[in-house]
Amino acid sequence: MKRHLISAADLSRGDAVLILDTAEELASLADRPIKKLPTLRGRTVVNLFYEDSTRTRISFEAAAKRLSADVINFSAKGSSVAKGESLKDTALTLEAMGADAVIIRHGASGAAHRLAGWVRGSVLNAGDGTHEHPTQALLDAFTIRRRLRGTGAAGARGAGLDGLRVTIVGDVLHSRVARSNVLLLSTLGAEVTLAAPPTLLPLAVGSWPCAVSYDLDSELSKSDVVMMLRVQQERMSAAYFPSVREYSRRYGLDAARMARLPGHAIVMHPGPMNRGVEIAAEVADSVRSTIVEQVANGVTTRMAVLYLLLGGTEFPATGEAR
Amino acid sequence: MTGDGSWLIRGVTIPGRDEKATSILIAGGSVTAIGPDLDHPGARTLDAGGLIALPGLVDLHTHLREPGREDAETVETGTAAAALGGYTAVHAMANTDPVADTAGVVEQVWRLGRTAGHCDVQPVGAVTLGLNGARLAELGTMADSAARVRVFSDDGRCVSDPLLMRRALEYVKAFDGVIAQHAQDPRLTEGAQLNEGEMSARLGLAGWPAVAEEAIIARDCLLAAHVGSALHVCHVSTAGSAEIIRWAKSKGWPVTAEVTPHHLLLTDELAAGYDPVFKVNPPLRTEADVTELRRALADGTIDCVATDHAPHPVEAKESEWAEAAFGMTGLETALRVVQRAMVETGLLDWAGVADRMSVRPARIGRLTGHGHPLTPGAPGHVTLYDPAAPAEAVTPAGASKSRNTPFAGMELPGRVVATFLRGVPAVLDGKLA
Repeated sequence: MKRHLISAADLSRGDAVLILDTAEELASLADRPIKKLPTLRGRTVVNLFYEDSTRTRISFEAAAKRLSADVINFSAKGSSVAKGESLKDTALTLEAMGADAVIIRHGASGAAHRLAGWVRGSVLNAGDGTHEHPTQALLDAFTIRRRLRGTGAAGARGAGLDGLRVTIVGDVLHSRVARSNVLLLSTLGAEVTLAAPPTLLPLAVGSWPCAVSYDLDSELSKSDVVMMLRVQQERMSAAYFPSVREYSRRYGLDAARMARLPGHAIVMHPGPMNRGVEIAAEVADSVRSTIVEQVANGVTTRMAVLYLLLGGTEFPATGEAR
Repeated sequence: MTGDGSWLIRGVTIPGRDEKATSILIAGGSVTAIGPDLDHPGARTLDAGGLIALPGLVDLHTHLREPGREDAETVETGTAAAALGGYTAVHAMANTDPVADTAGVVEQVWRLGRTAGHCDVQPVGAVTLGLNGARLAELGTMADSAARVRVFSDDGRCVSDPLLMRRALEYVKAFDGVIAQHAQDPRLTEGAQLNEGEMSARLGLAGWPAVAEEAIIARDCLLAAHVGSALHVCHVSTAGSAEIIRWAKSKGWPVTAEVTPHHLLLTDELAAGYDPVFKVNPPLRTEADVTELRRALADGTIDCVATDHAPHPVEAKESEWAEAAFGMTGLETALRVVQRAMVETGLLDWAGVADRMSVRPARIGRLTGHGHPLTPGAPGHVTLYDPAAPAEAVTPAGASKSRNTPFAGMELPGRVVATFLRGVPAVLDGKLA
């Protein structure tokens, strides 16, 4: 296992299961009056955010703080970055300040990869351009496992997502969430199908470990999980689809479509949602929706990743779970 | 050691001649005699046993960056790099600052080349004012200037307006000019970063589709045929482009093409680490494209190798991929790359290399003083190369001011030993003379 978490492809099945099991252990903390562990006391974690993403930043911040790490928030706005400092110079500055881990969110694909070449500490990719967002995939996998495979020591420990059918719907081409989820969920044994208009799928999607469909309706009845991706309205002006209304009619998840899902199926969304576009309000607010759970699970899963990357316990090189 | 300025090169092999070791006498700026038993009192002697002699290499596509970006390269450093790579003439692309779109700028570059003296510099003129693709530059004035411009290109940008391209092709017929097109449909490549395919999908980088190059090439071949004027296609990078050019040539249309050393050896797999040293325009393509480009160069569909030497300062490449500049250096490694890609694979012999890297590019560039096969009476532009030199790792530090070579650390065979320009050594024993 690597020192960094940049791509979901960095994780073997053993690594991924270990993270989920660790997150399961940490989840029990959330029910205690004192939520803090001393594990990362004296370690410094930097949140280096070049894009506005309050939800991801505070999720990482909460995770690091619950492990007693010192957290420095470095936002591109109002910093030297705004004056045109290069990523490399920022990296060298963080290095000089003794960052043990840098969590980076950046608009350019590969930024986390580049950063890892310039700092000694661990690099956690919190979303790089249209490339990957591996902790989102981990929290999604954790959410799926809890909902469909049970929680706690009872059943899920050590388990993957074998045989579960996950349909990811929407703008796959520009989605770092989709890339990381395809890689991680297939590593964990799930059968992933991408459902999207052809314009919003990469041309070479055939080389990915998943199936592809242009027809959402034909996938619904066989899906254990439906994951809706945020669709950005500016894609319309680039002719990826004719109108938001048409997109919504063909690929939006409304109550009628939800009714055709199997009884146990869950509906996920990485947020922030466009209610009424890719997901109807009654779906987002239904009991099938895991959207709020995903947020809570985000903190737990990110704690597990920080704990395993920085806590002295390396992920096992062999890919075996403890 | 003094003499009359002439040189006797002993024990050398001239590919395509009779493959036996012979001697070449260069005197008064020309090759004066070739034969095994030459002697010439007053000549300095160079023992060239095991070496091959090629007519001085000609590059149709070099970015010397001067005027404007002297931090990346100057005419002095760029031509020094060219000489070390075995070149005796380079075509300096027009995308300088200011753009080479007037007689004044092309004459400035031409004079800087004469002063530097490492190799001849033939300026390329811009097709459109400021490379803006809107109005024709004064092509005729540049042609009539001291720089004698014959090749015109907006390289870096595509002349995408079909009407403007037609007019440019037509207009340069008056002075035997050629339009060298950077084939890239701008709409199909908005924000494009990497060849559109498996790698771009995995890395989340906006795709640069092959069709954006091929559609322009197809259109331009048809335009060249329609107006009966010369089209040269810059840096062909896809299998489909080679196929279209093969078809155009089969019709007898006046189309020529070049391929870069990097497109003959490297693929988009190298982008996996997001190191922008591998970012170039057109982008590195796939193994299948590399195979077809080699075949097309071997069968003559692609006429020549041109470096697209594109120096950039360190900070332009030490960044995120999308932020980084497009381009790679290539002058100092071109011949070694061609040996690896074309000669070691058996696709081209050394006579073929002389044809693709000297004779044909000189002809396309209308450089009458270059690209002559080595026979008595030919100009004294000679490159001595040791193809048997053991493969050594490429070091980024060379004569170029920039270090953005994609071949750094790669073991490549061969070594340029000497370069003679008009009978005078510009390079001796692999070093600037």
